[in-house]
Amino acid sequence: MSPLEQAKKLVDQFAGMFEPPVEFRGEVTLKLKEADRIADVCSAAKHRLGFDALVDLSSLDNYGEDPRFTLVYELYSYASRCHLRLKTDVNEERSELPTVTAIWRTAEWHEREIYDMMGIRFRGHPDLRRILMWEGYPYFPLRKDFPLAGKPTDLPDIAFTRPAPLEGGPFVTAPGGKNSIAREPRVRIPESHAPPFGAPARNLAEPGGMVTPAHEPLSGR
Amino acid sequence: MQTNTEIGYNSKIEGDVIVSRADAVLNWFRKNSLWPMPMGLACCAIELMAAGASRFDISRFGAEVMRFSPRQSDLMIVAGTVTYKMALAVRRIYHQMPDPKWVIAMGACASTGGMYRSYAVLQGVDQILPVDVYVAGCPPRPEALLDAIIKVQSKVSKEPALAALKNVA
Repeated sequence: MSPLEQAKKLVDQFAGMFEPPVEFRGEVTLKLKEADRIADVCSAAKHRLGFDALVDLSSLDNYGEDPRFTLVYELYSYASRCHLRLKTDVNEERSELPTVTAIWRTAEWHEREIYDMMGIRFRGHPDLRRILMWEGYPYFPLRKDFPLAGKPTDLPDIAFTRPAPLEGGPFVTAPGGKNSIAREPRVRIPESHAPPFGAPARNLAEPGGMVTPAHEPLSGR
Repeated sequence: MQTNTEIGYNSKIEGDVIVSRADAVLNWFRKNSLWPMPMGLACCAIELMAAGASRFDISRFGAEVMRFSPRQSDLMIVAGTVTYKMALAVRRIYHQMPDPKWVIAMGACASTGGMYRSYAVLQGVDQILPVDVYVAGCPPRPEALLDAIIKVQSKVSKEPALAALKNVA
């Protein structure tokens, strides 16, 4: 049975709750209108259609739109070897939907990660704690309005975070700026600056010595 | 014919009594048997393992007894990226180590956060621990770690061990 046929079965069973299935490059996506029914839909997908594996469960932040969050369930059936994607929207005021941990146990950590990174809660989850950030951290760092550098937080005697510097240091190159070859002095001479073979050695520290000045752009690179 | 010279104390020549300072003796004990707490958190830990293996052989410096219990170690080698979540455990393990204790921040991440300029990564383990030696590199070669251990040893040998003992008591 093809993924599209299975999707149609699901649409027939839950009449009026899905938008029409979308097929793109052989992958079928079904969008559920009512996030509160996601557990029922997933249960039917597993027990009636044989989608026995939850490959991934992830979330999107459509910042500035309403509803703000989209959850994406990637299902796979080992029996019929087909793949189905379920999506559903959750608005920011609610930020809650039923858990699917009772259907696929693997969803437990996925849902904890979504709670940790996006702040979406899962009703009925057995152990909804943070999984990547420390317990008590007040923000949800994968939301679009959260800066990459982080925000300062302080929980006295437990933990703190400080914004990370995003410029400077050996690993950061700002667009349009000098790259690390031009910023830092080099001991090794590029071939275009090398003295001819057999020339007498020069003192590295002298002006005109072998060290390329840091400000001089290197030709031939 | 070449013969090996015996370096160090020879009881047949120098007798059974050595005069020294208690500080110097304590430090001599300490610096030649540093027991590391391998706080391996990322790829630097692979280089740390290489430093412990036969080719580089950390035991030449008396630091081969890697104890995975903080209660039995006195040199914490923070090898790898310290995330904020792991920082809680790193600090707790450091506090579980008995005094005297020293810390090596191995590699760019442990020293400064390295390339991880992000909300999740502690920007240098020196924000939570007193670091004695920083090792540059991403990851550093095992030789660099051995050099750091030599630097810790020279630091240990200059410490006022007796005065510190009195302060603890």
